[in-house]
Amino acid sequence: MSERQRGLIVLAVLAFIGLAMAVAGAGRGDPLQAHGYIVLLFSIGIGCVLLKGYFAPEPPATRLDSYYDDPSKVGIVLAMGWAVFGMFVGDWVAWLLAFPDLTFDAAWSSFGRLRPAHTTGVIFGFGGNALIATSFHVMQRTARARMPDQFSPWFVLIGYNLFCLLAVSGYFLGITQSKEYAEPEWYADIWLVIVWVTYLLLYLRTLARRKEPHIYVANWYYLAFILVVAILHVVNNLAVPASFAGAKSYSAFAGVQDAMTQWWYGHNAVAFFLTAGFLGMLYYYLPKRAERPIYSYRMSIIGFWGITFFYMWAGSHHLHYTALPQWVQTLGMTFSVMLIVPSWIAAANALLTLNGAWHKVRDDATLRFMMMAAIFYGLSTFEGSFMAIRSVNSLSHYTDWTIGHVHAGAMGWVALITFGSIYALVPWLWKRERMYSPALVEVHFWLALAGTLVYVFAMWNSGIIQGLMWRTYSDSGTLTYSFLDSMVAMHPYYVARAVGGLLFLIGAVVGCYNIWMTIRRPSGAEATADTPLPATMQPAE
Amino acid sequence: MFGTHYRIERKSVILAVAIMIVASIGGLIEIAPLFTIDDTVETDPDMRVYTPLELAGRNIYIREGCYACHSQMIRTLQDEVERYGPYSLAVESKYDHPMLWGSKRTGPDLARIGGKYSDQWHTAHLTNPRDVVPQSIMPRYGWLGRAQLHTAHLGDDLRAMRAVGVPYTDAMIANAAADAVAQASPDDDTAGLVERYGEETQVRTFDGDRRTVSEMDALVAYLQILGKLSKAAEQPAKAVAAAATAPAAAEGGQARP
Repeated sequence: MSERQRGLIVLAVLAFIGLAMAVAGAGRGDPLQAHGYIVLLFSIGIGCVLLKGYFAPEPPATRLDSYYDDPSKVGIVLAMGWAVFGMFVGDWVAWLLAFPDLTFDAAWSSFGRLRPAHTTGVIFGFGGNALIATSFHVMQRTARARMPDQFSPWFVLIGYNLFCLLAVSGYFLGITQSKEYAEPEWYADIWLVIVWVTYLLLYLRTLARRKEPHIYVANWYYLAFILVVAILHVVNNLAVPASFAGAKSYSAFAGVQDAMTQWWYGHNAVAFFLTAGFLGMLYYYLPKRAERPIYSYRMSIIGFWGITFFYMWAGSHHLHYTALPQWVQTLGMTFSVMLIVPSWIAAANALLTLNGAWHKVRDDATLRFMMMAAIFYGLSTFEGSFMAIRSVNSLSHYTDWTIGHVHAGAMGWVALITFGSIYALVPWLWKRERMYSPALVEVHFWLALAGTLVYVFAMWNSGIIQGLMWRTYSDSGTLTYSFLDSMVAMHPYYVARAVGGLLFLIGAVVGCYNIWMTIRRPSGAEATADTPLPATMQPAE
Repeated sequence: MFGTHYRIERKSVILAVAIMIVASIGGLIEIAPLFTIDDTVETDPDMRVYTPLELAGRNIYIREGCYACHSQMIRTLQDEVERYGPYSLAVESKYDHPMLWGSKRTGPDLARIGGKYSDQWHTAHLTNPRDVVPQSIMPRYGWLGRAQLHTAHLGDDLRAMRAVGVPYTDAMIANAAADAVAQASPDDDTAGLVERYGEETQVRTFDGDRRTVSEMDALVAYLQILGKLSKAAEQPAKAVAAAATAPAAAEGGQARP
């Protein structure tokens, strides 16, 4: 069976499932109906693209002598699209917290439904697509081998985006299981498992074809990202659907066990989705762009295994002083503090790699994106360990400080390393000499940095003020401030935060324009030696 | 050590298996005992279950993402106990699939909001929060009053809850839809509902509109039951395992002059 036929069959099955969902949902008056139509239309749309080239002659066999980068190219474009969408929604909800009536009198546009659209849009839409696109690129280069087939990467990329689409459209329709960063319902979760297993197999199959005896450190991180996210996703989403004809399901766990499971998932989504995967990016694109080897092999090893082991214990620091047994809280705090060691080793390893290339950091905004990401990685991991200490957490928990911390990581670390990697990768993939406009990369860098700093400082202020106001007592021994007092005091910081987010969003739009113009510009660069090793050639040890 | 690694990193499957093992340890040690150690959740033989209307309200609370801004977990800190009431016990959310402890207080904690405000206040507040609290930044939920509650399939919801461990009886499941309507219709026959869910079941026209059972009815019914399913927190002697967290309460008083 040719890969084109395989694609058509998969899409036909998917379209049938979509139709079945639509019919079943319609019978119950359930929002599953709308999702059925989305799956159906999605499969038909992709099917049209496939059919357009279905009868074209097979490409020549010589294509197998080069890397397969088309899925990476599409993945980057999708990542930037999701970035603008997710950041736009994020900034919208930021303004809503300052001016609550800046929205429509409609269910879909209320804060509670928009907020997960923001988190899913940026984490899974932007971050996930960037991870998939870069991992395809990195695994082939570091293995010096082409992917084993063409079908699997497309299935992973397109299937993953269907999951994101179901997730975000679901929130607007009112479909959510409320588990933070795991909101999509049971059928979307099952679909993601299928996509993810294919992703893992694709990764392992490509590594099995490698011409290098050793697996490079970036791949350890990408592998950990794929494997552990699979474990987390399956366990956290165990649920019983109310009906197979409806979207709603009930979590297998309740109360304290559910809380621990959710934060075991939630914190390790940060660890293995937002950290491990992006460290994979950092370990490949930073040394490549700086043209320096990684500073220390041993630091890479200690950092990697430390992160893989310690992070999984840290989730319970989200539940200090709650009904979770204290021994679990204490374990979580202890491991969170220890986590600073591998985290800083990883950050230091990246920064020390730049020794001898600091003049490039000064001149090249792309490399500066990556350097600044490593700095924010170090800062936010320090802050995370600090906030996990029980007495600090008594002040910071439930406040905007947490939001500030998350965004120091998400904007300062995850988004900056992604933008840096994409600016390095786009000219390589599209065989251009450089980005359309290095000046616009520079503009984007300063907008992103300014936006992050404004955002984070605003949230540090509001969070600490909030925490202090909640626990301030008057001389007569009563609470000084009502909750409302603390909320009113947040207003200026909420405006500042929304401005910071806007700067960051504008930066992403500038980036999109620059990438688009780079792609449109005719190829000027001569063919480079960016090809896999032929099967007959033996690599040097 | 580094020599061993030098060999391991040449075998992708060994590397993958090693990652899985190393990453599984923390979760196994922290999560598995929570299911086996009896002290983790206090026992409360008088614990009530959510009525179908309250469960429907809870699902609306989930659907609208209320948990993103409101916690339902009062910590063992003095200021929280004084502001919101007795600190939350594990037993109080033992029928919460999923739990809604929350992680952020853009608005106040709701673990014990039940009974603190009138139905009328809740309805007005949800319709436009700024009508009753001028400085509020909460979204308006006016459409909840206009949307009729879908009760037809509530039996499926109860059955799924029973599958994950909530003790709903066959009679509760069979009468779920009728019970949901009855709870918001005090003029009708509510004897069956009260018999199944207990004398303390709140039967009222929650949103003030007697003609239909709206989503507003369900949400207000849910808000009014918050903190009232179990009385364990009011009777500290009964709550054995709570002693484990009690020292933390004293520690939390540090901000007091």
